[in-house]
Amino acid sequence: MSVIPQDAQEIIPGADELLPEPRPGGAHRRREWVDIIRGSLRFGRTKVGLVIVVAIVALALIGPYVAPHSPYATGVAPDYAGPSARAWLGTDYIGHDVFSRILCGGRTVIGLSVVATVLAMILGTALGLLAGYSRPAVDDVIMRLLDVLLAFPSIVFVLLLVALLGNSLGLIVLAVAITHAPRIARVARGATLEIVGRDFVRASEALGVPRRKILAGEILPNITSPLLVEFGLRLTYSIGLIAALSFLGFGMQPPAADWGLMIHENQMALAVQPYAVFVPVFLIALLTIGTNLVTDGVSRALIGIDRDTGAK
Amino acid sequence: MSEIAMTTAENDVVLTVEGLRVELDPSGADIDDEVTLSIRKGEVLGLVGESASGKTTAATALLDHERRGARIGGGKIMVEGRDILALKPNELRRVRGGLISYVPQDPSMSLNPALRIQTQLVEILEAHGFGASAAEREKRLEEMMEEVLLPSDAAFRRRYPHQLSGGQQQRVALAMAFACRPAVIVLDEPTTGLDVTTQAHVLRTVRDLTQTYSVAALYVTHDLAVVANLADRIAVMYAGRLVEVGPKEALFGGACHPYTRKLLEAIPDLNGEHALRGIPGRAPVPGRRPEGCFFAARCDDVEDQCRAGFPPYDGPGEDHRVRCFRWREVEARPMFADRPLRMAAGPACATEEDALVTVRGVRVFYGSHEILHGIDTTVCSRRCIALVGESGSGKTTLARAIAGIHPGKIEGDILFKGRRLERDSRSRPKESRQQLQYIFQSPYGSLNPRKTIGQILSQPLKEFFRLSRDDMEKRMGDALELVALDATLLSKYPDQLSGGERQRVAIARALAAEPSVLICDEVTSSLDVSVQATIIELLAGLIEETGVGMIFVTHHLPLVRSIAQDVAVMSAGNIVEFGPVGDVLSDPQADYTKKLLADTPTI
Repeated sequence: MSVIPQDAQEIIPGADELLPEPRPGGAHRRREWVDIIRGSLRFGRTKVGLVIVVAIVALALIGPYVAPHSPYATGVAPDYAGPSARAWLGTDYIGHDVFSRILCGGRTVIGLSVVATVLAMILGTALGLLAGYSRPAVDDVIMRLLDVLLAFPSIVFVLLLVALLGNSLGLIVLAVAITHAPRIARVARGATLEIVGRDFVRASEALGVPRRKILAGEILPNITSPLLVEFGLRLTYSIGLIAALSFLGFGMQPPAADWGLMIHENQMALAVQPYAVFVPVFLIALLTIGTNLVTDGVSRALIGIDRDTGAK
Repeated sequence: MSEIAMTTAENDVVLTVEGLRVELDPSGADIDDEVTLSIRKGEVLGLVGESASGKTTAATALLDHERRGARIGGGKIMVEGRDILALKPNELRRVRGGLISYVPQDPSMSLNPALRIQTQLVEILEAHGFGASAAEREKRLEEMMEEVLLPSDAAFRRRYPHQLSGGQQQRVALAMAFACRPAVIVLDEPTTGLDVTTQAHVLRTVRDLTQTYSVAALYVTHDLAVVANLADRIAVMYAGRLVEVGPKEALFGGACHPYTRKLLEAIPDLNGEHALRGIPGRAPVPGRRPEGCFFAARCDDVEDQCRAGFPPYDGPGEDHRVRCFRWREVEARPMFADRPLRMAAGPACATEEDALVTVRGVRVFYGSHEILHGIDTTVCSRRCIALVGESGSGKTTLARAIAGIHPGKIEGDILFKGRRLERDSRSRPKESRQQLQYIFQSPYGSLNPRKTIGQILSQPLKEFFRLSRDDMEKRMGDALELVALDATLLSKYPDQLSGGERQRVAIARALAAEPSVLICDEVTSSLDVSVQATIIELLAGLIEETGVGMIFVTHHLPLVRSIAQDVAVMSAGNIVEFGPVGDVLSDPQADYTKKLLADTPTI
C-alpha cells in the first residue's frame, strides 16, 4: 500500500493536494468508481451480497445445461407430484419437472432486468445531465415532465403501457426503463449541479467547447459514483418489477420457464406442491437482497462510512 | 530543551511548551515534533508556516485538542504552572475558554447560526462562572463589545451571526475568546478571507487587547507580513518542526535559517525593493520525512551532516533559537541578495489601434443589479495591467466580462483588436476565443480531476488548430516547457500534482492556445507564498518571452509591483485610480488607494 499513511490525508488540510509523488500501483482517482468498488469490498455486506448475486446468476446461466429434463417436457411425473428421485422438486400443474424449470427460469428475469436498467440509466443520465447543465428553462421543462411520470406508481404505469400497446418483451423492457428514468435523472441532475459550478466547466466554455462535449467529457466522468449506486438500486427494483409483471401474466407466456410465471402458474396448488411457488419466490427475493446488499456497500464506501462503527 | 523555559521564567512566562509531539493516529507518523516555545505576558508570538506544515495542529494541541485522526504523542504544556496535558476532562473543560481560549479561522463556521450573538457570548460567561449575577454578566457583555469595537447596544447584541459582516463576526469570536480574561489565547489565522481594511482593524484589536489585559497570544498564520506588524516574536515552522524562533527584529533583520530567509525573499514587497524568489520543491509530508534536516532537499547550504540528523536548537542568543548546522554562515550573509526587478515591458499603446483589448463604457449586470458602472481601460501587448481592489469591487467581474464568461447582461463595448465582442464567448469569433485566454483563481477547481494533463492540454489545441498527433504532442510539450514543467506529466492526473504545479498546468493550457492576451484572475491567491513567487516569476517571464498582454487581477497590492506596469484600483464597480504602478503605489491620489496602501501589512 501507500507509503503515506492513509490518515495523513484526512487530518492535514491540503495534505492531499500536496501529495508529492504518484500513488503507488498506478490506481489513481481517474476512475473513482474503481476505488469505490474496491473500498466497498471491505464491508461484510458487500461480500455476502456479491456471493448471493454471483451464485444466482451462475445458477441461471449454467442451469439450462445441467437440467435433468427439458423444462417443456410434460408428464415427467403425474401433475402436482411431490419430490421423487425422478423429479427432485416434484412436478407442476401439467407435469413439468419443477427443478429443471427453476434451473432454466432465471435467465429471462435477470436478462430483462439488466437490459431495462441499462436503458433507464442511459435515458435518465442524458436527461439529468442536460437539465442540470441547461438551467433554468430547459431544466424546468425536463424536470416537470419527469415529475408527471413520477406521479404514477411504476407498476401501474407499466401495466397501463402494456395494456395500451400490447404485450411484448421489448415493450416491457422499455416501459420499465421509462419508469426508472425520472428517478435516475434526478440523481444525475443533482450530481451535475455540483459540477457545473466548477471552474473547469467554465474553462471549457471559454474555449468554446460544444455543449455535448462538455456534458460527456467534463461532467459525466465526475458523476459516475452516484450513478453507480443508482444503477444497483434501480436493478433491484427492475428485478422485482419484471418478476411481478410475469406473475401478473405479462411478459413471458406459458409454456416458457420463468420464475415469475412459475409462481403465477402454481399458486393454486400452494398447499399440494409448495416447491413450484416457494423456490422461485425465494430465488427472486434472494437476488434482490443480494443486489441491495452490494449497492448498500457501494454507497457506504462512497460516503466513507467506517466499517466498524457505522459512524461517518 | 528546557533552556528557553528557564531563562525566561523570571520574565512572566505564561505558556511553555516543551517537546510537543502530535502524531497521526493509527500510523504514529509525526505531524509535529520537538515543538518547544514559550510566551510571556502581553506578548504575541507569531507561528508562521506554509500549508500542511502542522501549525494549526500544534496550535490546537495547546488546548489539549486532538484533531480527528491525530493524537498528542508527547511533550509538556504548562500554562501558569498547570500541566494542560495532565488535566482530567472536567478540569480541561474549565480551562478551555477560561484559562486558554481559541479563535478559529472562519468565524462564519464557528458561530452558531441559530443563536443571537448575545446568547453565545453570555453562554461563555455562564459556563465559566464569570460574574456573580446576571446583571454583572450583562455589564461584562457590554464591556466585551466595546473592547472589540462593536456597538454594545441591545439591538446589535440581538443580531444573528448572518446579520454581521465577516469582520464583525470575527470580532464577536474575539470577544468570546477574551470574555473570561484568559491567560493564553490561540488565534488560528483569524484574518484569512478578510479584506485588508477589515484585517487591519482586527489585527489592531488583537494587539490592543493582548497588551491591555497582558494576555499571551499565539498567532498562527501563513503570512509573514501579517505577523511582522503584530507579533513581538516569531516562530517559523517547517514540516512539523520549529526551525527558527526569535524576536521579530532579529528574524527580519538577520534570519539564521535558510528556510526563513527564502520565505522572506518570497514575500512580495510593497516598496518594490526586492525581486521575488520562490522556493522550488515541496515540504515532506508526515510519514515521508527523511533522516536529517527536513529542509535539506530544498536548501542551497546543504552538506553531509544535514542528511545525517536533524539539527538541534542552537542560535545566536537565548531568545533566538535556530535549528540549522550552518546558521553562523547563513547569519553572516546579507539579507536579500539583490536582484533587479523585471520591468522589460513594451511601451504603452500610443493610439487605440495598438490596443489589443479596449473596454469602453462597460456596465455589467447580475440580473437587474448593476455591478460595474462604466469602465474604460485598454490592454497592450508586452504590458501587464493590474486590477486591484477588495472583494466586491468588481475586478473579477470585469475580467470575466472581457473573457466572455460573465453570465449576466453587459452594456458598452468590449473590443478585441478593434472588433466588438459578443457577451458570450461561444458567440464570439474563433480568433478572439483563441487569443483571449483566462486563467482561473484556483487550480484545484479549474482542472478536471478525471482528465490527464495531456487531455486537459489537448482541449484548446483540438478546438483551435488542426494538428496531427505528433504535432499535438509537440505543442503540449512546448506549452509545459514554457511553464517549466516536464513532458512526463502528460499522463498524470491533477491530483498527482502540487498546487503550484496545477496552476502551471492551467497556465500551460492557456498558453497552448497561443493567446495574445492572458487574463489572470487571482491566480496566486490559493497558493503558498513560496509557490506564489515562482508563479509570478513565471508570468513576468512569459510577458517578456511571448509578448502577451496581461490583465492581472489581485486583491494583494504588493504583488502588483512585481508584475504589472499599469494599475487600475477598483472600488464598488468603478476604477478610482489608474496609472503607472510606480506612481500609484508611491504617490496615490485617490483616498481609497491611500487607505488600501495604509492597511496593507508590510515587512
